[in-house]
Amino acid sequence: MTLNPLLLVTFFPLIGVLIVLLLKPAWKNALRWTALSTALVTFGLSIWMLTQFNAASGDMQFEFLLPWFNLGGNPIGVHFGVDGISILMVLLTTFLTPLAILSTWKAVAEKVKGFMAFFLLLEVGMLGVFLSLDMVLFYIFWEFTLIPMYFLIGLWGGERRVYAAVKFFLYTFAGSILMLAGILWIGLQYGSFDLSLLSSAGLIPATAQLWLFGAFGLAFAIKVPMFPLHSWLPDAHTEAPTAGSVILAGVLLKMGTYGFLRFNLPLFPNASMQLAPWMAGVAVIGIIYGAAVAYRQKDVKRLVAYSSISHLGFVVLGIFALNLQGIQGAILQMVNHGLSTGALFLVVGLLYERRHTRVLENFGGLWKVMPVMGTLALITVLSSVGLPGLNGFVGEFTILLGTFKSTVLGSPWFAGVATFGVILAAVYLFHMFQKLFLGPVTHDENLKLKDVSVREILVLAPILLLAFWIGIYPKPFFMLMAPAVEKLAVLVQNAASLVH
Amino acid sequence: MTIIDLFSILPVIVLLVWALFLLMADLWLSKYKPGWTPVLAVVGLLLSLAASVFQAGENFSGFSGFILVDGFSNFLQPLFAITGILAIGLAYDYLKRHDIHRGEYFILILFSISGMMLMSSAGDLIMIFLSLELLSIPLYIMASLAYPRLESEEAGLKYFLLGTFSSGFLLFGIAMIYGATTTTNLLDIFKFVGAGLYDPTLMIIGSVLVLIALGFKVAAVPFQSWTPDVYQGSPSPVSAFMSVGVKAAGFSALLRVFSLIFPQLAPALTPVFWVIAALTMIVGNVVAISQTNLKRMLAYSSIAHAGYLLMAFVPFGDAVTRQNSIAAALFYLLAYGLASLGAWAVLIGLEGDKYSGNTLDDLAGLGKKSPISAALMTVFMLSFTGIPLTLGFWGKFYLFRTTIEGGFIGLAIIGLLTSLISAFYYLRVVVKMYFTEGETNFHWNFWTSAVAIFAGLALLVFSFVPGWFFELAARATLIGF
Repeated sequence: MTLNPLLLVTFFPLIGVLIVLLLKPAWKNALRWTALSTALVTFGLSIWMLTQFNAASGDMQFEFLLPWFNLGGNPIGVHFGVDGISILMVLLTTFLTPLAILSTWKAVAEKVKGFMAFFLLLEVGMLGVFLSLDMVLFYIFWEFTLIPMYFLIGLWGGERRVYAAVKFFLYTFAGSILMLAGILWIGLQYGSFDLSLLSSAGLIPATAQLWLFGAFGLAFAIKVPMFPLHSWLPDAHTEAPTAGSVILAGVLLKMGTYGFLRFNLPLFPNASMQLAPWMAGVAVIGIIYGAAVAYRQKDVKRLVAYSSISHLGFVVLGIFALNLQGIQGAILQMVNHGLSTGALFLVVGLLYERRHTRVLENFGGLWKVMPVMGTLALITVLSSVGLPGLNGFVGEFTILLGTFKSTVLGSPWFAGVATFGVILAAVYLFHMFQKLFLGPVTHDENLKLKDVSVREILVLAPILLLAFWIGIYPKPFFMLMAPAVEKLAVLVQNAASLVH
Repeated sequence: MTIIDLFSILPVIVLLVWALFLLMADLWLSKYKPGWTPVLAVVGLLLSLAASVFQAGENFSGFSGFILVDGFSNFLQPLFAITGILAIGLAYDYLKRHDIHRGEYFILILFSISGMMLMSSAGDLIMIFLSLELLSIPLYIMASLAYPRLESEEAGLKYFLLGTFSSGFLLFGIAMIYGATTTTNLLDIFKFVGAGLYDPTLMIIGSVLVLIALGFKVAAVPFQSWTPDVYQGSPSPVSAFMSVGVKAAGFSALLRVFSLIFPQLAPALTPVFWVIAALTMIVGNVVAISQTNLKRMLAYSSIAHAGYLLMAFVPFGDAVTRQNSIAAALFYLLAYGLASLGAWAVLIGLEGDKYSGNTLDDLAGLGKKSPISAALMTVFMLSFTGIPLTLGFWGKFYLFRTTIEGGFIGLAIIGLLTSLISAFYYLRVVVKMYFTEGETNFHWNFWTSAVAIFAGLALLVFSFVPGWFFELAARATLIGF
């Protein structure tokens, strides 16, 4: 019997959790190294999985199916599988987790044991979400991610951490309970919770599709978050510890957009077609709204948080262009946002560790004091803005191209207004950069700040290198996802042509 | 009386005879070996547990239809025995600490449990009445056990008055049903109702009166108002026992009676249950939000869970769904019972010697002071909420699935939304324990912690293999179908 790579990747962090639990709370460095090496090995395993992955096929690979139990005649199974869409999400998760852990070396000095245990548990939950092919299993992982994140915010967060943690939990739980009702309904109607059986059949009648689209879509829209369901995000992002924010922005939000791709599009294609202009419209509002509010923020972390709303608006817009380019751009932008915003949160975290404030007014002229940090931050900002040659440009450009050409949306206005959002991104991000790094040093405390250490460069450098890679040569990434996206787009188009 | 008759109530007989002997033995034991009575009571419960396992798989009736032994009673009777054992575990240290240690307490538990066991295999309305009295009367005494303490006396009196009041309803209901069908035997009622040989008006009035009477016992809205006062005033182990044992017994009678009456009267009864279930979920959960006393909060939470359980009755009109909903209700009772006993165990650890330490604020800092008990309490709260990787999630999953299967999506959505409300106050417990600084007076006792650890591990471990319990609950069929 060969070991399934998916099981190995998903559950390997549990070994780390076990070791962490056995270590003494006082052995802080041992705890940190255990967590870091576990996350690194998990990353290595996922790379090994990538080498085995057949990029020419759009089907699920390394499938693992184990019957779990029967409930009133419905089998519920442990069903994992990976395709070109989810493999990128898995890699993003395993790539960001060790970096996030490395960033906590100094930032998390108290209760290290609990932090590392929760962090690795969170990784298991996220990987499970991306790899599950059974709806019940998916729901279990989806809900499970709430618990470690809740504690990460609540125990290691900022001043208003309790409020933020509870708000985060309740918002997500509110979305997912309707999804549970939808899952139960589908399971009862079709006798199976298995995604591969369901999506290939295309069985669900059109009116039911609309309701189910709503039930699932609400859960995902809250997670993304889409305007006007976003109000948990600024609080959660701002109050979470840096590593938590990185994972929250980098991976957890992608669970929402991934949900749209994995469930709403293939299971409810007619409803997706019908509602696409509405979803795209809300996405465009989110792009502009997020950007406008970000500009007004005085707190750097809040600014970055609102920029997420704007950036994820692009992703949703690309998904609901419902064509090849739109979806491909959206998936790439999911990765890009994970990298750029993750890096932005890391930069903010570095500043906070030194200065213990996040208010823009307290900074200024930092470039003179810490030039290396300034350079790294500048690249990060540029990648987030979408400068050609860096990752953000490729994603946003592809999305806008797809949206322009989209027959489903049928109007150039969506892309037109969204393009305006790209300009706004430059406005608020450069505004932030200017306030932080340029101009004269206005506060004496800032004169003594230390530049980045080797460890801190090690945290940021891999992200920025990847940002350059995607920006200059994105082809391998598109190749990886193309067959799976093609399959998805064809499925949606076919279902729609049956209706018309 | 034949040997079959005796065999049909074997677990009950074992328990009753043991309890009677123990009552006499306690006269001597209480003077010289006061620690022995609870131990012997547990032995009695274990013997009864063995007897009920011995009956497993049997399907027959005894005492000319007064007693029914079937999958249903086979599922519930061991659960009652285990509930009794856990309840004794919770009481042992608590009673000593509060200086109200009396051997009779443990014997009263045995009597009450035997009433619950009889209730689950009652095949006649008279039997239901008798077992209801047998399980309630010991509880009236137990509720007022902390005798000079006024709250405890108040709780006992309140419980007694409302209990007898509801017994009156039950008797009236039985009389009406007898008038409608000329029998009190459940299977005969089923036959006559099926053949159309009954008076519909009297039958509906009678069954609604029975519903009211049992509604008091399970604390369904609008018959719930005694619950918070009684749970708060009674000694905590008694409240724990009531919140699990009495509720399960009440539901076992409801399930048995209404699965027989329902098929013909579904058009009239379905809306009644729909409204009661929805109201119970909403009132229980909404009022729980404003509670600062943990005992009252758990009382309202137990009301809310009665509401979820009542959802199982709504699809009773449909024969296919009925079996699933009985199984779902039993499974939910199991998950709820474990979480409830566990939560009360932590509460008992929290309670000071002068009945203090019951408020939410007393939990502050528990995460630091006793990480294990805080972690266990988190498990109980998550299980109450229905978060995955606890048994409570599967309970809700199965229950909501059955409700949707019966076509009552609206009710299922009310249930899901009230779960969201419940998440708010259950999370507040977690917030207090971990995110708030404070000095709690928590102290573990071996037996109390054993109960909490057992419940917590069961909730976690069994959530990975829920199939086994699903099968077990699905086999808990009622005789007569």
